[in-house]
Amino acid sequence: MSDAPVLRMESVRKTFGDSVVLRDVDLQVAPHTVTALIGASGSGKSTLLRCANLLEEIDDGAIWLDGEEITDPRADQDAVRRRIGVVFQAYNLFPHMTVLDNITLAPRRVHGVARAEAEERARELLERLGLGDKADAYPDRLSGGQQQRVAIVRALAVRPRLLLLDEITAALDPELVGEVLTVVRDLKGEGMTMVLATHEMGFARDVADQVCFLDGGVVLERGTAEQVFGDPRQERTRRFLRRIVEAGRL
Amino acid sequence: MTVTKDESGQEGADGQGDMPAGAPAGAHGYTPSGRRLERERYKRARARRAIAIAALSTLVTAVVLYMVVVSAPGWERTKETFFDGQYAREAFPKVLEGLWLNVRLLLICGVLVLVLGMLIAVARTLPGPVFFPLRALAAAYTDFFRGLPLIINLMIVVFGVPALRLQGVTVDPVLLGGTALTLTYSAYVAEVFRAGIESVHPSQRAAARSLGLTNRQALRYVVLPQAVRRQVPPLLNDLVSLQKDTGLVSIGGAIDAVRASDIIAQRSLNYTPYIVAGLVFVALTIPMTRFTDWVTARMDRRRAQGGSV
Repeated sequence: MSDAPVLRMESVRKTFGDSVVLRDVDLQVAPHTVTALIGASGSGKSTLLRCANLLEEIDDGAIWLDGEEITDPRADQDAVRRRIGVVFQAYNLFPHMTVLDNITLAPRRVHGVARAEAEERARELLERLGLGDKADAYPDRLSGGQQQRVAIVRALAVRPRLLLLDEITAALDPELVGEVLTVVRDLKGEGMTMVLATHEMGFARDVADQVCFLDGGVVLERGTAEQVFGDPRQERTRRFLRRIVEAGRL
Repeated sequence: MTVTKDESGQEGADGQGDMPAGAPAGAHGYTPSGRRLERERYKRARARRAIAIAALSTLVTAVVLYMVVVSAPGWERTKETFFDGQYAREAFPKVLEGLWLNVRLLLICGVLVLVLGMLIAVARTLPGPVFFPLRALAAAYTDFFRGLPLIINLMIVVFGVPALRLQGVTVDPVLLGGTALTLTYSAYVAEVFRAGIESVHPSQRAAARSLGLTNRQALRYVVLPQAVRRQVPPLLNDLVSLQKDTGLVSIGGAIDAVRASDIIAQRSLNYTPYIVAGLVFVALTIPMTRFTDWVTARMDRRRAQGGSV
């Protein structure tokens, strides 16, 4: 039971007009594991995450969350999203709210948590991520790394079953990447189930239990980090990794 | 002429001179280089020149305008008819009395317009087939009332409704005039709100939805607050416009500032009261316009600082 996948995708297809972004994707994410999606820009990593959270409607195939098919049109989409946390590349904090209000909005309005309780938990999380003094600041007063950590706290505040991280360090200055990745590493230590799309190959290798290489709308190669990075079977994976190495990113 | 030039020059120099004068005190052992002093001298001279040119051209323009008006063949008659001090003194208190009605109309219609405009804008963004009739109705409403000239709208409502002789429906020209103003202006304001809603980036809605907020919650807590904030300058602009258009309710006979001046003008065959009423309206809108400018400038500054609100 405990090994039943948190997230399962089967033959997922997603097109935008004429372009087929996801052709035939299968994916299984076991509880308390980290899955890294790697691949060139436009290979469908972000789309896959958006489909998993029902921000995009898939054309074909099916997705299950904890054994429940969420792509069934009769499923309650709001209820599904309540169980999944998402962190975006561009943070997407609400600029008109303080950090604390950003974090407590969903617990209070969606989960009916009392304000005092929601704020207490928010402050606790902020403290843990080294943002204790930022609770009353507005997002535009924070650095990119701080904003992204707030976005992670916001996603965690509703105690999600699954956390989706979409290129969360891609918009950050290099010296700020570390502070965000440390948070992800800590979350893995606490047993959070995560799927992350990333260009940080060193990090993916380090933190991921499962690595999926997306190419041409399919998962071309999957395995443990050692397998995919150390001994890729597919020629295309090898070429992709070689380019990454040449760019000095691995 | 010479005095203006000298004084302005001095002021310009003071403004420019503040920085180097204060610099040695604060900076640690910093003395402005000769290069900097030379540059500042040049800038001061340039500022003096600019002010002198502006003063001269303003003066010339004013003199020319004055000559043209005064030398017009009908000037003497016009002066008597439009700028008579006696009638101005008589009209001023009456106009002010009438203005109180305009102010009340502005306040009440302003609130109604904002509420109605917001409801229409939200109605236009409601998703799903259930709300199709509401969306279509809201779209038709804004199309119709933005296209209908306000004066015609006023005449239809102010004269047409009483002609129906409906039981329990008011014939008060003030209430009916206010209704007509609200109908037209809520259509404009609805479009302002809708533009605001659409200007909020879709990623904000995506972030809200991904937190589990329903569509309605995302609209209420995330999209609308940002939309309204952004649209404050155009909304204030519409309110300034509404403020002066309250003068149009006078067509139904309500005694507002315009009608008050009209009564005196009709009796005395002198148009000075109109000038008085016009100037009073301008005086009333200026604070609001300046406030709008101030708010806009403040928001631009915040945006320039990297805030995204």
